[in-house]
Amino acid sequence: MFWDEKYETLPKRDLERLQLKRLKKTLVHVQNVEFYRQKFGEAGIGPGDIKTLDDIRKLPFTRKQDLRNGYPFGFFAVPIDRVIRIHTTSGTTGKPTVVGYTKKDIRTWANLIARNMTMVGLSDRDIFQNMVNYGMFTGGLGFHYGAELVGMTVVPSATGNTRRQVEMIQDFGVTVIHCTPSYALHLAEVAEEMGAHLDSLKTGLFGAEPWSESMRRELESRLGLTAYDSYGLSELFGPGVAFECGERDGLHIWHDCYLVEVVDPATGEVLGEGERGELVVTPLAKEAMPLVRYRTGDITMLKGDSCPCGRGQKIARIMGRSDDMLVIRGINVFPSQIEHVLLDIPEVGSQFMVYVDRVNHLDEMTIDVEINRDYFSGELQDLARIQKKVVKELRDALELRTTVNLVEPGSLPRFEGKAKRIVDRRAGAL
Amino acid sequence: MGASKFVIKQISVFSENKPGRLAAIARALQDEKINILAFSIAEANGFGVVRALVDEPQRAYEKLTKMGFNVAFTDVIAVQMKDEPGGLYEVADILGRNGINIEYAYAYSGREGAVLILRVDHVDAAIAAIQKSGAKLHESSLFQ
Ligand SMILES: [Zn+2]
Repeated sequence: MFWDEKYETLPKRDLERLQLKRLKKTLVHVQNVEFYRQKFGEAGIGPGDIKTLDDIRKLPFTRKQDLRNGYPFGFFAVPIDRVIRIHTTSGTTGKPTVVGYTKKDIRTWANLIARNMTMVGLSDRDIFQNMVNYGMFTGGLGFHYGAELVGMTVVPSATGNTRRQVEMIQDFGVTVIHCTPSYALHLAEVAEEMGAHLDSLKTGLFGAEPWSESMRRELESRLGLTAYDSYGLSELFGPGVAFECGERDGLHIWHDCYLVEVVDPATGEVLGEGERGELVVTPLAKEAMPLVRYRTGDITMLKGDSCPCGRGQKIARIMGRSDDMLVIRGINVFPSQIEHVLLDIPEVGSQFMVYVDRVNHLDEMTIDVEINRDYFSGELQDLARIQKKVVKELRDALELRTTVNLVEPGSLPRFEGKAKRIVDRRAGAL
Repeated sequence: MGASKFVIKQISVFSENKPGRLAAIARALQDEKINILAFSIAEANGFGVVRALVDEPQRAYEKLTKMGFNVAFTDVIAVQMKDEPGGLYEVADILGRNGINIEYAYAYSGREGAVLILRVDHVDAAIAAIQKSGAKLHESSLFQ
């Protein structure tokens, strides 16, 4: 099912023509923003110099910090009278980032959400409980408007009072929920405690934080639904930027509205299909707050295969944040890669710590991992075999030789919220 | 027949090579009034296994597991060593001729004199071979 079949399935040539047209328009529009006038001036480049889509590489990046520096309305490209809503994203330090929307922006955004929801088989027959924050966070109102546009029956339950959430799902016969994967897990726990069956549920839309395939299996079995990954960020409207289709093998990103690049986080060099790097997006359909080559900080890759559903090129599920990237002997390593390797080895736990040192001018990476209690045979040679296996699997995945320490079960630190698994001890050696 | 009475439960404890781990194990067993009759430590790259022959393996297992240690039982046998040159050779030779590998061995010294604790790849075959050769095996009840 399609919400907007023409734009969702544009042939490559038509898509590129549309993208170029919209890009040129965007580059003219951003001249209303002081930051871009200055940046373009410094680079000695004008909107007219962009003749092909690849010419975008001549343009400077926009970073989160730039947006912070523009607080509050420095990145608005339209007069404030035309901005009908603002949202903010919380920063861990300092001021939040403000994002603004014109009437048209709100409509465009709702249509993108509607595309996503229709893509996973939802329609006006569905009853939708939106269990995310409705305040300054974009997830609440973003999904709300999209679901209403589709014609769904919306239950704007927001967050909190999980027992009441469970009751509403039962009483209203809710078929679809939207929340963070961790809240969904909490919902499952509370429902189990209450002895409540959530038989009406069939679809779960989960986003706003990274989650694994094993989390997907757990949510699906405990809540009795099919789980889809949702990706977005406030700077690009909010949720709805990319979404899984029924294949659930990567996320369709809406190329008519977002020009996508994947770059090496360290060098900014543009990478090809199948190469892991930072997602950089130039929105092509934003009025109030257009951006050029926005560094999302999210790590993914462009997928090469075409999708049976007929929509455009997909990105892989988000694998981590570029801030967490390590460069070891010139190779980019993400903690999420290490986590994926460990999750596939039952003999060890999924907790780990990474230590990076410089020994004789060479980077050395040491990984501490816990032995899985159930796999300890009592024999030293079995431990040595497990250690070798971890080293080999890591070498295959990272293309790096690492030192692996097996440590006692439960001995590594557990993290709540953001994990600090990396200890880079090279600083003094540089 | 009746070979199982010769099978002794050794406890094997996973331990990182860091100071204090062995002491922590020893103190925990002492607190429980469990006797360590013999022990050995095997280590490889950064980790090790503490092997101990104790008088109450089940209680030792429970205590150490409760403390967070990763513990497993390992079947070993105990062979009386002749108190003369060549005693060790004789035991090794019996097993070797029967195609049984000794994975590791350590000594226990008690009232009975020197006893060799053996971890072999085929416990039942080892018991049969040693009995047939006339060498003396100790029953687990001597220790546990
Ligand atoms: Zn698809």
